Amino acid sequence: MIETDGLTKRYGHHTVVDDLTFRCEPGEVLGFLGPNGAGKSTTMKMITGFVAPSSGRALVCGHDVQSDGLEARRRIGYLPEGAPCYAEMTPGTFLEFIADVRGLEGARRRERIDEVIGRLHLEGVLEQSIDTLSKGFKRRVGLAQAILHDPDLLILDEPTDGLDPNQKHEVRQLIRSMSAEKLIVISTHILEEVEAVCSRAIIIANGRILVDDTPAALAARSPSGRLDDVFRQITQGEAA
Amino acid sequence: MIGALFRRELRSYFATPVAYVFIVIFLILMGMFTFYLGRFYEQGQADLRAFFNFHPWLYLFLVPAIAMRLWAEERKTGSIELLMTLPITPWQAVLGKYLAAWAFTGIALALTFPIWITVNYLGDPDNGAIFAGYIGSLLMAGGFLAIGACLSALTTNQVIAFVLSVVICFGFLLSGLPLVMAVFQAWAPQFLVDTVASLSFLTHFANISRGVIDFRDLIYFGLVIGTFLYANTIVLQWKQAD
Repeated sequence: MIETDGLTKRYGHHTVVDDLTFRCEPGEVLGFLGPNGAGKSTTMKMITGFVAPSSGRALVCGHDVQSDGLEARRRIGYLPEGAPCYAEMTPGTFLEFIADVRGLEGARRRERIDEVIGRLHLEGVLEQSIDTLSKGFKRRVGLAQAILHDPDLLILDEPTDGLDPNQKHEVRQLIRSMSAEKLIVISTHILEEVEAVCSRAIIIANGRILVDDTPAALAARSPSGRLDDVFRQITQGEAA
Repeated sequence: MIGALFRRELRSYFATPVAYVFIVIFLILMGMFTFYLGRFYEQGQADLRAFFNFHPWLYLFLVPAIAMRLWAEERKTGSIELLMTLPITPWQAVLGKYLAAWAFTGIALALTFPIWITVNYLGDPDNGAIFAGYIGSLLMAGGFLAIGACLSALTTNQVIAFVLSVVICFGFLLSGLPLVMAVFQAWAPQFLVDTVASLSFLTHFANISRGVIDFRDLIYFGLVIGTFLYANTIVLQWKQAD
């Protein structure tokens, strides 16, 4: 479903993502974990085709995201970091725009728009311009946009960043409810999130994969059984 | 795809004060130039030469102001990441945004229709020539806009995008004037002088607004627009790999 082969990104002499190779399949919720600046976002930008790799490649459902990007992008739902939006639009017109670009038509278009509005509880803010919305609502508009075309692959860059505990809980429930038939990749530096939703965790630091395991197996690596101890041990051990 | 992008862009002009401020300023300046500087009444002629003569100079500053936000703003707010990860090609994105901006300048231009009514009320003008003048003006705005769009993709800073566009548009405007020609005539072979002269917006616009819609002038503006839009897609792809 996602297959990367030696994915590398260099900016000048600085290597942000270094020879990343992994694959994952539907039914998985993959958590990308790592300190800030570890290369999580850059990896996601390369998988979605927004950033071209310096070397290596990424395949999405068998389509190379660089040479066959259109087909790859059709299958991806993507929430970029910070959930950027067109601030002057209302959530209603914004979702209609995304539906049109995604090629949704007729009854299915209406049905999908209504479905995501309901799922993310946007009913009350449909007519309000996005720049007047709270951070939580903006994030939800970004999520609604990502799942609108019911993609096979969801890539969510820090989906719960800046949300309050209730909103975090809701987003995690949403992710869990969709995880059975899709492949979901999330990035986060919140460890409890990994335990809450992920079936697999990849810890990266300095652009390299340090650990690739289930959250439970990860936690078991520390005598305390706590994920943050493991995280600190692994990422700081690397830095030293 | 292009239709959806076009509609979104065009609506966004009118969702913010940008559209209204631009249109009002555009119309006020047009009026001032035509009636005071152009001495529309004093000339006592039933044509719109006094009106069209100032279009190149007004566009020089107003069109880059429209174009500067096209890509620079998307990059600044991060929405470009959303846009470019949708299933559209760079060409579709470039065309959708460009056509919306061009349609917007077209709307502003169309709102100068009272001057056309005025001249028809006062006299018996050659409406064919006036129509040609509008076509020429729209094409020239399109040329400026393509240049501005391409430069806007280079930077996140709208001020830089604006200043660069004004300078390059100014070069395209002036390339037919004696000021620039003299610089080239001193040393360059004649064919180069002719090439530079033939790049001038002013010459081609003057041809069309005289009422003669020559195929060559249309091709000229078509080539300028096509070239800069193509460069725009190259810049986008180049930024992606950067």
